[in-house]
Amino acid sequence: MPSIDLWYTTRASGLVALVLLSGTVVLGILTAGRARSALPGFARAEVHRRLSVLTVVFLAVHVLTAEIDTYVKVGWLAVVAPFTSSYHRTWLALGTIGADLLLAVAISSALRQHVPARAWRALHWLAYLSWPVAVSHALGMGTDSKLTWALGLLAVCTAGVVVAAGWRVAGAHRAKAALPRTVIRARRSIRSRAAGATPGIGGRP
Amino acid sequence: MRISVDPAACDGFGYCAELVPELMALDEWGFPVVSQHEVPGELLDAARQAARACPRRALLLAGPSRRS
Amino acid sequence: MNTALTTRRASRLIAPDALHGPPTLEAHLRRYGPLSLGGGPGAQGRDRLLAEIERSGLTGRGGAGFPTARKLASARAADRPALIVNAMEGEPASAKDRLLVGTTPHLVLDGADVVATVLGAQRTVLCVADSAPEMARSLVRAQQERTGRGRAGDAEVRTLSGRYVAGEESALASAVAGGPGVPRFRPDKSVPLSVGRHAAVVHNAETLAHVALIARYGADWFREVGAAEAPGTCLVTISGGVECPGVVEVATGAPVSEIIGLARLSSPPQAVLVGGYGGTWLAGEDLGVPFAPGELSRLGASMGAGVLVVLPGGTCGIQETALVARFMAGQSAGQCGPCLFGLPAIADDLAAIADGTAAPEVLDRLLVRCGAVAGRGACRHPDGVVRLVRSALEVFSADVASHVHGHPCRGRAAPSGLMAQSGLMGSFRDGWGR
Repeated sequence: MPSIDLWYTTRASGLVALVLLSGTVVLGILTAGRARSALPGFARAEVHRRLSVLTVVFLAVHVLTAEIDTYVKVGWLAVVAPFTSSYHRTWLALGTIGADLLLAVAISSALRQHVPARAWRALHWLAYLSWPVAVSHALGMGTDSKLTWALGLLAVCTAGVVVAAGWRVAGAHRAKAALPRTVIRARRSIRSRAAGATPGIGGRP
Repeated sequence: MRISVDPAACDGFGYCAELVPELMALDEWGFPVVSQHEVPGELLDAARQAARACPRRALLLAGPSRRS
Repeated sequence: MNTALTTRRASRLIAPDALHGPPTLEAHLRRYGPLSLGGGPGAQGRDRLLAEIERSGLTGRGGAGFPTARKLASARAADRPALIVNAMEGEPASAKDRLLVGTTPHLVLDGADVVATVLGAQRTVLCVADSAPEMARSLVRAQQERTGRGRAGDAEVRTLSGRYVAGEESALASAVAGGPGVPRFRPDKSVPLSVGRHAAVVHNAETLAHVALIARYGADWFREVGAAEAPGTCLVTISGGVECPGVVEVATGAPVSEIIGLARLSSPPQAVLVGGYGGTWLAGEDLGVPFAPGELSRLGASMGAGVLVVLPGGTCGIQETALVARFMAGQSAGQCGPCLFGLPAIADDLAAIADGTAAPEVLDRLLVRCGAVAGRGACRHPDGVVRLVRSALEVFSADVASHVHGHPCRGRAAPSGLMAQSGLMGSFRDGWGR
C-alpha cells in the first residue's frame, strides 16, 4: 500500500543504517591496531559486533519498508539481485550489492565456528567494499541527498572512515619501521613462499 | 580446567590479558604469557569469555566442561 | 696436535672407499649381504623385525634421539600410515645426510623398506632439500635399480624448500601434504602426525640406515659398539678450527675431544659447539665428555644432529654466537610472536654485546628475554637459540665481562665468521638463502 509513513521510514532507516555502518567500519578498522584507548581491545571488538547487528536490523527495516511501500515499485527480486529493478536501476543496484555483501559478512560471522578462517577473513575484507557502495547508493538515489543536513551527516561519516583508514595505514608503516630488519625479511619471505597459509601477523582485516 | 595458548594461531590481539589478567599477562611484544594454567572456579566464566573473544581462536581451555 | 686416540673411525655406514661414488645395487649387496625382511610380509615377520629393532636400543639420529622402536610401535596402531624419510639436512653445520645419501643411498632405501614393512605403510616419501639437488638425483638413480624390489623402489622423492624449521617433523608432514611446511602446535605428541587422511611418521635418513643393518646382522651385533644408552655408531660433522672438516662415523660414547681429533686440530680448542646451531657450547676443559645422551645432558648438551663445531683459541665465541643467533632469528617460521620478535631482539642484544657497544643493562635484558622466549613457540626453534645463547654467556663469561666493560676480548672474529668460513652456512647473508 502506498503510504508516506513507509516512505519516510525507508529513507530514515536507510540513513541510520549508513551511520551505524560507518561506526561499525571505523571500529572494525580500529580493532586491528594496538591503540591503548579508554576502551580496551575486547570491548572495541564487542561494540563493533553489536553495532553491526544494529546496522543489519536497520538495513532490514529499510529494505522491507521499501518493498511493502507501493509508491515506488522495487520488486522482491531486487532485494538480492542487482539491476533487476526499474526504479533508479543503477543506484538501487548498488544498494542491493551493499546489502548482499553485508549479509554475507553477517552470516559468516554468526556461524564463525563453522566457517574456515580464510573464507571468513576474505568475506570480512569484502565488508570494506560495502561501505563506499552504500554511500554511493545513498547519494545516487537522490531522495535526501540534496538536504544539507543529510549531506553533512554523510560528510561526517566519510571523514570518520577516511581518518580511521588513514590512521591504520600510517600506523602500519610506523609499526614496520619499528620491527627489526630480520623480522621484515622473514615476513616478506613467508608471504611469498606460503601464499594463503599464514595466520596473518600483520595481515588482519 | 587448564588454560593454554596455541602460539602459532596467536596474533597478539591481547584480549585474553584484558579479560583474565589474573591468569594472563602480555610480554614486551604484546603476546600472552600464561601466569597460571589452572583456572580457579570463580574465573571459569571469564576464561570462557576470553576464549570466545579471541579473534584467532588461540586461547585453549581443556578439562572438564571445556566448551568454550 | 694429536694425542694418542683410542677413538677410531667406524665403517658401518661409511665404507672406506665411499668417496669413489655410490655403489650399484650389486656392489651394495656384495658389501652388506642380502636384506631379508624377517620371514616375509606376514604379521609374524613384522613383529620379529620390530622386536629386533627394540632390542638394538636404536635411537633417532635426527636430533631428538627418541627410541626408534617406540616410535614405530605407536605408529603401527594407525591404519596404513605414510613413512616420511627426512633427508632434509636442515642443520646448516651438518653434512651427514648429504654424505649418506650420496655414498650409500641403497642403505637408506633398505631401511625405508624395513620400516615400511613393519608399519604396513601405504606410502613412502623421501624428502630432500631444494638446495641439494644431487641428493634427489642419487636417490632416484638408486631407486631405478630397485623397481619391483620392495616399496622404497616405488617411493616418491620430494624436493622441498630447505628452511631450518622445514626439517621439523610436523613441518615436514605439512609440506608433504602440500601445506605451508611450517611446524604445527602439538600440545599432545601422542596424537600422530598426518598427511591427508592417513597418519604419518617421520624418520631421519641415518636412523633408517642403521635399521637396514640391524635387520641384516641383528640387535646383538648393533650393540657391540657404542654407549649402552644409545648404542651403535653415529655420523658426526666436524667443522670450524680443524684441518680436515667433514663427516666421520664413530661409536657413540667416544669422548668429544677424541672425535674432533679425527679431524686434526692444529691447536687446543677454546670451546666446541655440540649438537647444532640450536645446541650447546662446551668449554675446553669439558671436552673429555663422552658423546652420548646421558653424559652430555649433564652439561646441558645433547648429540643433536651429530654436529661438532670447533672454536679455536683467538676467535671470539660471543661474536660467532651472535652471527648464528642472527641467522636463526631469520629462520623463524614467523608463526609465533615470541619467536618472530624475541629471537631478533636476542640476536640484536648479543650483537651489541659482541661489538662492545652494549651497556651492562643489555646483558640483564638479554637474560630476561631468553627466559621470556623459551618454551613459547609451536616448535623447539626458540628453545634451541636460547640454549645456544645461554651456554655462550656461560662458557665465554670472561669475554662477556670484557665486552660489557668496553674492553676487547682475547679473540678477534674472523671477518665473515667461523661458521661461514667452514663453508657450511650457505648463503647466510639474507637468512632465507637456504
